[in-house]
Amino acid sequence: MGSATSELPSRMPLSDTAETGLKIVVVGGFGVGKTTLVRSVSEIRPLNTEEVMTQAGIGVDETSDVAAKTTTTVAFDFGRISLNERVVLYLFGAPGQERFWFLWDRLFSGTLGAVVLVDTRRMDDSWYAIDRLEHHKTPFVVAVNRFDDASPHSLDEIRQALALPDHVPLIDCDARVRSSGKDVLITLVDHLYALAMAQEMTP
Amino acid sequence: MTPRRPVDVGDPDRLYTVTGGRSRADDDSFDLVTLVVSECEPTAGMQSEHVRILETCKHPTAVVEVAAEMKLPITVVRILLGDLLAMGRITARHPRAAGSAAAIPDSALLKEVLHGLRNI
Repeated sequence: MGSATSELPSRMPLSDTAETGLKIVVVGGFGVGKTTLVRSVSEIRPLNTEEVMTQAGIGVDETSDVAAKTTTTVAFDFGRISLNERVVLYLFGAPGQERFWFLWDRLFSGTLGAVVLVDTRRMDDSWYAIDRLEHHKTPFVVAVNRFDDASPHSLDEIRQALALPDHVPLIDCDARVRSSGKDVLITLVDHLYALAMAQEMTP
Repeated sequence: MTPRRPVDVGDPDRLYTVTGGRSRADDDSFDLVTLVVSECEPTAGMQSEHVRILETCKHPTAVVEVAAEMKLPITVVRILLGDLLAMGRITARHPRAAGSAAAIPDSALLKEVLHGLRNI
C-alpha cells in the first residue's frame, strides 16, 4: 500500500476513452485533513483551483436587493481516481465553514455524495456541514480522522455529540493512509448503493 | 515547478481582457467534471488562452483540471471553453448525473464505482 508521502505526478493524462466524470466532496473544518485524505487516494498530486463568486445568489435568503455586488474568491483542492477506462472520480476538498455555503450549492451540484471529515477536538466545525448536507438531501458519511487523536471518545459518543441519525454511516480513519482513505470512499459508495437499491425497489 | 500564486491578485482587469469583457458564462453547460477534448491543433493568431486549452486537452481533461493548469478561475475557463465549443474546436463529455442535486445515480453505475475503488 502506498502512503500519502509518496510522490504523485501533478500531470497525468486520462485515457482517451474517459467519458464520465463523477464527483465526491470532502468537507470539514480548517486543518482537519481534507487535502491529506484527497492526496492519500488520488492518482495525481492534489491540484488547487479557484472560483470567483460574483454576487449572483450570494445571501439572497437573508438580504434584500440592497445587497451590493460582491466578489469572493474561494480556493479548493481536488484529486482524481481513474476507476476504469471510462469513469473518472474527482474528489473535492471543500471548506466547511458557514461562509462558504454558496460554494457547495453552486459548485458541487450533481455530486454523488459527501464525506464529512471530523476532528474530535473541534467537533463544532462539523455541525454546519452536516446540517447543510441534510438540508440538501446529499447522501454523506462521517469519517473521524484519528491521526494524532488521543481522545477516548468512542464512535457512539461522537454520534451522540454530532446528533447524527443512525442511518448515516460513521467510521474511524487515518487520512494519511491510502487504504484507510479508500475504505472511507467505499463506505460512502456502499451507502449510496444501498440508497439506490432501496429507491429502485420502490415502485 | 514554480510555486502556485493566487489567481486573485487584485487585478481583475487582466481577467476581463482574457474573456473579452465578460464576467459570466452564458450558461452552465460546463460542469466542474465535464471532460474536454481538443478537436484541432492551435492555429496562428489564436488567442493564447485558447492555444493553451487546446494543448492541455489533447487527452480528455476535466474543467477543474484546465482551470488548475492555466491558473485561472473556473468562471473564466468556462467562458473560454464556451468560445472554443461554439467554434467546434473542442468537444465536451458531460457527466451523467449533472443538474439534479439530490438524485441518486443508478445502482449499476455505483456498482462500477465500487468495483473501481476496490481495485485502486
